[in-house]
Amino acid sequence: MEPMNLFAAAPEIALLAGALVVLVVDTFVSDRQRNVTYALAIGVLTLVAGICGTFLSDDAVVYAFGGMYVADSMTHLLKLVACLLTALMLVYAQGYARDREIWKGELFSLSLFVLLGVLVMISANNLLVIYLGLELQSLSLYALIALRRDDAKATEAAMKYFVLGALASGFLLYGMSMLYGASGTLDINDLARQVGGARVANRLALVLGTVFIVAALGFKLAAVPFHMWVPDVYEGAPTPVTVLISSAPKLAGFAIAYRMLVEGLLPLAVDWQKMLMLLAVLSLIVGNITAIAQTNLKRMLAYSTIAQMGFMLLAMFSGVVGGNVASTANAYSAALFYVITYALTSLGTFGIIMLLARQGFEAEQITDLRGLNKRSPLFAFVMLLLMFSLAGVPPTVGFYAKLVVLQALLGNDAPLGVVLAVVAVLLSLVGAFYYVRVVRMMYFDEPTDTAPIVATQDMRIALTFNGLSVLVLGIVPQYLLALCASAMIKALGG
Amino acid sequence: MQNTFPWLSLSIWIPIFFGVLILGLGRDRAAPLVRMLALVGSLLGLLATLPLYTGFDAGKVGMQFVEDVVWIGRLNAHYRLGIDGISVWFILLTAFINVLVVLAGWEVIEEKVAQYYASFLVLSGLMIGVFSAIDGLLFYVFFEATLIPMYIIIGVWGGPNRVYAAFKFFLYTLAGSLLMLVALIYLYYAAGGTFDLLAWYKLKIPASAQTLLFLAFLAAFAVKVPMWPVHTWLPDAHVEAPTGGSVVLAAIMLKLGAYGFLRFSLPIAPDAARDLDWLIITISLIAIIYIGFVALVQTDMKKLVAYSSIAHMGFVTLGFFIFSPAGAEGGIVQMISHGFISGAMFLCIGVMYDRMHSRNIADYGGVVNTMPKFAAFMMLFAMANCGLPATSGFVGEFIVILGAIKYNFWIGAAAATTMILGAAYSLWMYKRVIFGEVANRNVAALKDIGTREFAILGLLAVAVLWMGIYPKPFTDLMHVSVSDLLQHVAQSKLPVR
Repeated sequence: MEPMNLFAAAPEIALLAGALVVLVVDTFVSDRQRNVTYALAIGVLTLVAGICGTFLSDDAVVYAFGGMYVADSMTHLLKLVACLLTALMLVYAQGYARDREIWKGELFSLSLFVLLGVLVMISANNLLVIYLGLELQSLSLYALIALRRDDAKATEAAMKYFVLGALASGFLLYGMSMLYGASGTLDINDLARQVGGARVANRLALVLGTVFIVAALGFKLAAVPFHMWVPDVYEGAPTPVTVLISSAPKLAGFAIAYRMLVEGLLPLAVDWQKMLMLLAVLSLIVGNITAIAQTNLKRMLAYSTIAQMGFMLLAMFSGVVGGNVASTANAYSAALFYVITYALTSLGTFGIIMLLARQGFEAEQITDLRGLNKRSPLFAFVMLLLMFSLAGVPPTVGFYAKLVVLQALLGNDAPLGVVLAVVAVLLSLVGAFYYVRVVRMMYFDEPTDTAPIVATQDMRIALTFNGLSVLVLGIVPQYLLALCASAMIKALGG
Repeated sequence: MQNTFPWLSLSIWIPIFFGVLILGLGRDRAAPLVRMLALVGSLLGLLATLPLYTGFDAGKVGMQFVEDVVWIGRLNAHYRLGIDGISVWFILLTAFINVLVVLAGWEVIEEKVAQYYASFLVLSGLMIGVFSAIDGLLFYVFFEATLIPMYIIIGVWGGPNRVYAAFKFFLYTLAGSLLMLVALIYLYYAAGGTFDLLAWYKLKIPASAQTLLFLAFLAAFAVKVPMWPVHTWLPDAHVEAPTGGSVVLAAIMLKLGAYGFLRFSLPIAPDAARDLDWLIITISLIAIIYIGFVALVQTDMKKLVAYSSIAHMGFVTLGFFIFSPAGAEGGIVQMISHGFISGAMFLCIGVMYDRMHSRNIADYGGVVNTMPKFAAFMMLFAMANCGLPATSGFVGEFIVILGAIKYNFWIGAAAATTMILGAAYSLWMYKRVIFGEVANRNVAALKDIGTREFAILGLLAVAVLWMGIYPKPFTDLMHVSVSDLLQHVAQSKLPVR
C-alpha cells in the first residue's frame, strides 16, 4: 500500500482551507466591505499558486492516498496556470460583477470550489476521483451561472448546462463502469496493466467503455458533435463565469483526457485515436465556419473555443503512434502548450468584454468594439494582440501553439498527418477571417459608443499584462515550450 | 565570419525599437516629436545597414555577417541571420525606402500620427528581418508578422474601400503562407530536425515531394509577388493604401515573394523547378502581356501603376525561371530598379493626390503649366517605368530579354512586347495628366513641389539614373552569389538510388 503522502496534495488542502475561510469570513462582511473577501480570495489563490510554483522544480512523481492521487511535473504546471487564470478572472470581474449585483461571497467561494475541482481532476489517478473532481467543478459552475437568478438568459444557460452536463457525467460514469467491469480496477495504473493483458473477450467492453469516455471528454472539451451547449452557455452566463468555464476547466479536461486515454487506455490507442481525429476535424470545421456567422462576440468566442479545442485534439491524436517516448512527449507537450496558451488568450478577450461592459450594457456584440482604437489605443492594441494570437499569426504565442501541433502532426511521417495538417491550416485561414474582423471593427471603424472606459487600476494593469504576455511569449516562446516539454517527458517517465 | 558586430540585428531592431517607442508616446498632440523620432529612427536604421555594404566581401561564396543564437531549443530553431550578394541589396533598399516613406507622410498624415509611423518603422524592421533570416522558422515569423502592420496601414489610413482591400490583402497572403508553413515543417523533419536553411540546401528530396514543396512555396510567394491569377489583391490594396503604404507595398513587399523564390523554391526543389518552369514562364508571360493591356485601360493612376508593377514583376519571375546568369541577375536588378521606380511613381501620384484628392486621370490635364519641376521628375520616372535606356528600368529588362531570347526566341520576343506596352501605358498616362491645356480650376491652383518633396523625388531620381548609367556596382556585388545559386539549381537534388 502506498503511503498517505498528504504533502503531495498540499495545493488542494490549502485551497480547501482557504475556500472555507472565505466562505466563513464573507458571512461577517457587508456588501460594501466586499473587497475584504476579494482580497482574501486573491490571497488564497496566490498562496496556492505559490505552493504549486515551489513544487514546479520537483521532478519526482509522487503518489498519495494509496495511489488515488498523483503529483508530477505536469500537474504542478497545470495547477499553477489554473490558479493564475482564476485569480485574473476575479480581477477582471470586479467592475462587471459590482454593476450586476453578483459581487457576492458566493462568487468567490464557488469560484474557489470550481478551482478545487479542477485541481482534483488534474491530480486524479483513479477513475472515481476524476469523477468527484468533475462533479465538484460542474456543480459549482451550475450555481455560478445562475448567480443572477432574475436574469432569464442566465437561468436558461444554467439549465442547459446542467442537463447536458449531467448527461455527460452519466456518459462518463457509464464508460467507467464498463472499464471497471472489464478490468476490475478503478486505478489508472492498474487499468493500464489490465488492459494491456486483457483477454480478447473483454476487449469489446473496453472499447465500448472508451467510446463513452471519449464522448464525455468531448462534452467537457467542447468538441463537435458534443458542443451544442457551448454557445448558449457562453452567451447566457455572466461574463466572469464564462471565463471560468473557458479557462481552468479546459486545463482539467486536457489532464483527465491524458490520464484516462494515454495513461490508462494506451493499448486501445488505435481505437480512441480515430475517435479523437474525428472529433478534432469536425470541431475545426464546425467551429471555424459557424463562428463567421456570429454577431455576438461571446458566441463567436464560443465557436472559436470549439475550433481551438479541435486543434488541441489534433495534437493529442498525433501522439503515441510510433511508441517512442520522445515523439509521444512531443505531441502531448504540444497539446499542453496549446491548451495553456489558449486559456491565457481567451481569458484576455473576455477581460476586454468585461472592461467595456457597464451598468445595463453588456458590450457583447462584435459591433460594440467599433472604434475602440479611438477610445483606448492601449486596450485596442491588447485586443489586437489577442485576436492575432487566436488566429495564429506570428509574432504572437498563438502561432507557436499551432506550429508545435503541426510539427507533432507531421512528425508521424504518415500521409494522413500531412493531409490533416493541410486541412487544419486551411480551416485556420477561415478562422483568421473572423478574428481579423474584430480587429477591423476596432481600428477601421468609427466608435458608435463613446462612453468613457471605467476600470480599476489593478484590472488595467492585469489586462495590459495579459495582452503583452501574448506578445512576449511569442517573441521568446522557448521557456514555456521547454517547460511544457520537460513536464511532459517527466510525466511520461522518460 | 571576420566581422562579428551584429549589424544585421541592429538594422532589424533599431526601426522596431523606435516604432515601439513612438507607439508608447502615442499622443497625437506630440505629433512633431513623433515625426522627429520616426525620422531619427529611420535614419539610424539606414546608417546601420551601410556597414553591410561597405564591409561586404563580393568575392566570397555563402553567407556573411552571420549571427547565430539558439532561439527555441525544443524545435532547434535558431536566431540565424546572414546575407549574401542578393539579399544585401534588398536590405539597403528597405532602409532607404523607409526614410522616404517617413518623409512622404510628414505633412500629410494628421490623424493617429504615432500609430502611422510606428506601423511603418516596425514593418521596415520586419522586412529587413525577412531578407536576412537564414533560418526557416525565423524567416516565416518575419514574413508573416509583416501582415499585421500592413493590414493596419491599409485599413486605417486607406481610401473609401479600405476595409475590403485590407481583408483581401490579409486573407490572400495568409492563405499562401500557411501552406508554406506545412512545407517548412516537412523540411524540418527531412533535414533531421533543423530549420537551418543552409542544411536544407544540401537535402536530397524525392521528386514527388519536391513538386509538392515547390507548389506550397509557389502558393506563398506567387500571392506576394503577385503573379497572375492571384494578383487581384494588389490593385485593390494599392488604390486604398495611403501613399506611404503603396510605396512600401510596391517597392519592398512584392520583393518578398520574388526573394522567396530565390531563397527557397529554386535551391531546395531545383528538379521540380525545372520540371515546372513552363508553368512559371507561361504565367509570367501572361502577367507581362495581359496585365500590360489591363494597365493600359485604367482610369485611376494608382491602379495603372499597380498593374504595371504586376507586369514588371512578371519579368522578374521570367528571369528566374530561364535558369541562366543573365536571367537571374536581370531579374534581381529589375527587382531593385522596380523598387526605386514604382516607389517614385507612387510618390508622384501621392504628390498630386495630396493637392487634388483625386487619382482619376480624367481630373487632371496640363499639370506641367502649374508644376514644372514636378513634371520634370515625373517625366523621368515615367520614362524609367517604360524602360528607357540610361534609366534603371532599362538594365533589368534588357538583360532578362537577352537571356530569354537565348533560352527561346519566341519567349524573348513575347517578353519584349513590354517595351511597347510599358511605353504605351506610362507615357499615355503622363500625356493625359501632365500635358495639354490646364484642364480645370483645380489644376490651375496647383502649387509646385516644396523642398521636402523635391528632396524625396531627387534622391530617387539619382538612384534611378545611377543604376541606369552605371549598374556595374550592383551586378558586381551579386555576381558570386548568383552563380552559386545557379549551381544549386543546376544540380539534381533527387536522392541517388
